[in-house]
Amino acid sequence: MIRYLAKRLGYYAALLIVAIFLAYALSCTALGPRTYFEAKQPRPSAASVDRQLTALNINDHTPVVERFGKWSKDLVLHADLGRTIHNTSVNAEFGRRIVVSLRLLLIGSLLGMLLGVAGGAWSAVRQYRISDRTLTLVSFVLLSTPVFLLALLLKNGAIAAKDAVGHEVIPFTGYETPGLSGGIGAHLADWGLHLLLPTLSLALGGLAMYSRYQRGTMLDVLGSDYLRTAEAKGLTRNRALLKHGLRTAIIPMSTMFAYSFLGIFTGATFTESIFGWHGMGEWFIQAINEQDINSVVAVNLFAAVVVLASGFLADVLHAALDPRVRS
Amino acid sequence: MTTAVETDLLTVSDLTVDFAGVPAVRGVDLRLRRGETLGIVGESGSGKSVTSLAILGLLPGTAAVSGSVKLDGRELVGLPNKELSAIRGRKVAMVFQDPLSAFTPVYRIGDQIVEALRIHQDLDRAAARKRAAELLDLVGIPSPDRALDSFPHEFSGGMRQRAMIAMAIANDPDILLADEPTTALDVTIQAQVLDVLRTAQRETGAALVLVSHDLGVIAGMADRVAVMYAGRVVETAGVDELFARPQHPYTLGLIGAVPRLDTSGGPLVPIPGGPPSLAALPPGCPFAARCPLAEDRCRTVEPELLGRPDADGHLAACVRSAELAERAPAPSEVYPVPEVAPAVADTAVREDREPVLRVSGLTKTFPVLKGSVFKRKVGEVYAVDGVELDIRRGETLGLVGESGSGKSTTLFELLHLAKPEAGRIELLGQDTAQLDRASAHRLRSDIQIVFQDPMASLDPRMPISDIIAEPLLAQGAARELIARRVPELLRQVGLEPAHASRYPHQFSGGQRQRISIARALAVSPQLLVLDEPVSALDVSVQAGVLNLLQQLKAELGLAYLFVSHDLSVIRHLSDRVSVMYLGRTVEAGAVDAVFEQPRHPYTRALLSAVPLPDPAAERNRTRILLAGDPPSPTERRTGCPFRARCPVYAALPATRHARCETETPVLTEAAPGQDHTAACHYPEA
Repeated sequence: MIRYLAKRLGYYAALLIVAIFLAYALSCTALGPRTYFEAKQPRPSAASVDRQLTALNINDHTPVVERFGKWSKDLVLHADLGRTIHNTSVNAEFGRRIVVSLRLLLIGSLLGMLLGVAGGAWSAVRQYRISDRTLTLVSFVLLSTPVFLLALLLKNGAIAAKDAVGHEVIPFTGYETPGLSGGIGAHLADWGLHLLLPTLSLALGGLAMYSRYQRGTMLDVLGSDYLRTAEAKGLTRNRALLKHGLRTAIIPMSTMFAYSFLGIFTGATFTESIFGWHGMGEWFIQAINEQDINSVVAVNLFAAVVVLASGFLADVLHAALDPRVRS
Repeated sequence: MTTAVETDLLTVSDLTVDFAGVPAVRGVDLRLRRGETLGIVGESGSGKSVTSLAILGLLPGTAAVSGSVKLDGRELVGLPNKELSAIRGRKVAMVFQDPLSAFTPVYRIGDQIVEALRIHQDLDRAAARKRAAELLDLVGIPSPDRALDSFPHEFSGGMRQRAMIAMAIANDPDILLADEPTTALDVTIQAQVLDVLRTAQRETGAALVLVSHDLGVIAGMADRVAVMYAGRVVETAGVDELFARPQHPYTLGLIGAVPRLDTSGGPLVPIPGGPPSLAALPPGCPFAARCPLAEDRCRTVEPELLGRPDADGHLAACVRSAELAERAPAPSEVYPVPEVAPAVADTAVREDREPVLRVSGLTKTFPVLKGSVFKRKVGEVYAVDGVELDIRRGETLGLVGESGSGKSTTLFELLHLAKPEAGRIELLGQDTAQLDRASAHRLRSDIQIVFQDPMASLDPRMPISDIIAEPLLAQGAARELIARRVPELLRQVGLEPAHASRYPHQFSGGQRQRISIARALAVSPQLLVLDEPVSALDVSVQAGVLNLLQQLKAELGLAYLFVSHDLSVIRHLSDRVSVMYLGRTVEAGAVDAVFEQPRHPYTRALLSAVPLPDPAAERNRTRILLAGDPPSPTERRTGCPFRARCPVYAALPATRHARCETETPVLTEAAPGQDHTAACHYPEA
């Protein structure tokens, strides 16, 4: 098992390097920080623009490979992600925003997975009953609702509730109440409340998607001979379903968990903007608009690490559920 | 109470099962006494599996079950799931057909047996594990302690079925229900597993319900037999009585339709037509439409399962059963037997007929690859490793071997019409290594194939006329020729030309296989490769297809390369036979010579493993049980590859072992000029 996972980890490390290089090269070719400086009033001299660009290591006259070499050297030796286009530290911005985004992404995707697996399995066991059909309908409605629309609907709902009651019932902006006093408990409760709507906007999409796939894999397992064997040995139906059915039905899902994470990350970009969270997604949009190569690359690095880490977690899950892959 | 009355252990009465209004079982009565073996025999769709599942309440929720199943006087139908769970595995245990899928793939064999033990018994893990090892030992799994930690996929089919039996007898049940327990296995493995079932029954004293479509297996195992047709029991009797004096025409037909290992040649007795659809049963006896003895009264009222008081439990659901009991006719006296003209092989001397296919030293290896990104070769599978074939015009060569022996690979190598990896293939005098693309394409019309599964080998979206025309189109035949040829071919294989525009799903399994044969015949081949053509068909239907093949061979002077794992079918249809083991030809020759005086110990074991549909003969014949499974084809052994399982080698004095260990035996003739070769150093031992 350890050997298998170590091998996978090495594979992901290689993939990460390739992904980062491609993201770096793409950002360098697609974005034009030179125009950003040239558009400044009063217009700086060409030499001055060049100087500033070189200082930030984003001068398009330097070959991309050379810039990438310097950038990765700083990253590996000094854990330094470079400077933003405003000559502030990318690291500082990164550190601030990662806490915000991870909180949302982790809880949102985990909740989506759990609800999706549970809902799908439950739906499969009750195939063609009212409850199954209802979940199917709800799933398709959710699947066909883009994240930004869902987030807006949730937010408008919260606003409507506030108008109706007269005070804020569920917070819908930011990730904490500014200047809140009280102990750790009060802070946690405040965080939780602020998380509710943005998390829902991400988790509901996950629930809809995962539950469809989980329903399918579960239906395959429901007709399987080994489930019948489990019952024939004397396990009750529910125990057989849990122990022999669900476990095997989750295995094909583990790969999906990993690679649908990217979709959730994309969705989170909208969620953050709508609920006023200053996270990675918001930064990404902002950095692209400002032609800020180093910040864009930093967000890409974050996304790549998160996706590959979830891929690795999926491998761990897969190996834990299916001992056959370990050998 | 002072008198002990022998009560039935299990009584099933008037059991009916419906799936969404369509009946699957229509009023079944069964009785099972302590310790006895009841065989339930029937074709697919007869309701035999559904009956066995219904006894344990294991049918899906869509099934509506009514009637009564009494175990030791306790009613099981309608019992809540929780109470049934306490009975399942404890009082009644099941062995399923497909050992590949019957174990949960992600748990170790040992854990699954331990689970079965601990559901019903108060054992700690260590004690349960110890007991599980004892059980594996009992069913003959070598080094049981290690086997406990194996996963199901690490076991061969035979080993899995042994483990399945071990799990079934874990709680010392009163009844073992075995649903086609050996259908997915090779004959030598089937013989081993049946032996294990007997051991299990002896050790636990359990009664056995054996569900099977194989009359041979039933004849060898059962004390009493129930024959099912269209969801009902149509006849039940003691096993000897049933096979000797069947009182239902269906039973009689089944017995006549099975090819037998101990007789050769001649047409089989097919039962005309196919089983009725249970969704739209006509009134009267469901067998009436296929029955040569049917009278008007058969078509109005369905006969009940009855017997004379003195008949010792021999019951039959036929109005003419008394007449059959009295007359005891042979199947061929009741059913119309088709005339089969003598084939070319029967009339002309073999040496005078030109060779159609000659294969010598054929070899095919596959690389074993490792690594996820960069594949590297770590070994080789010697799938075909020295195959010799010789087919002359108008004759049938039966190719026999167990799964993994390289039969299919051999076929595909032949059909490639290309230079083999090693060895030589000569088709109609042409060396395939010398062929260019155009001549290979022309030659393809001379060799055609019929596949095993008639469901999968016909395009479901093409009308059968297009399916049959395809090989002709591929050879660039003229439109008029195709228009003339399609109805002709349909007639030839016994189908209505008027049905040419129908689609494959509108035909039954047997008819679909006839369509496959028509497609293969379209381009008038000289050699037809038949890859297990009847193994997916029911016995009564199979007989018709086999008769058709014999008739076509006689009419068209075809040569067949007939691949089958069923030795009885091979014996019945072939002129010559070739036996493969681990990718090699180990014995070949005229079918009677090989089957009556087998020279290779593997052939002898193979033949002795085939059950005969005749209880008396089945009890008296000697069996050679081979040890273990065929070894892996990834290593090439020095000496004889069969050595590890060979009973002759095991019995030889040590001084004579050396030859088997060092020298690879080659095919040698029994006597100069005789058509019978075997690759064994001690063929007479």
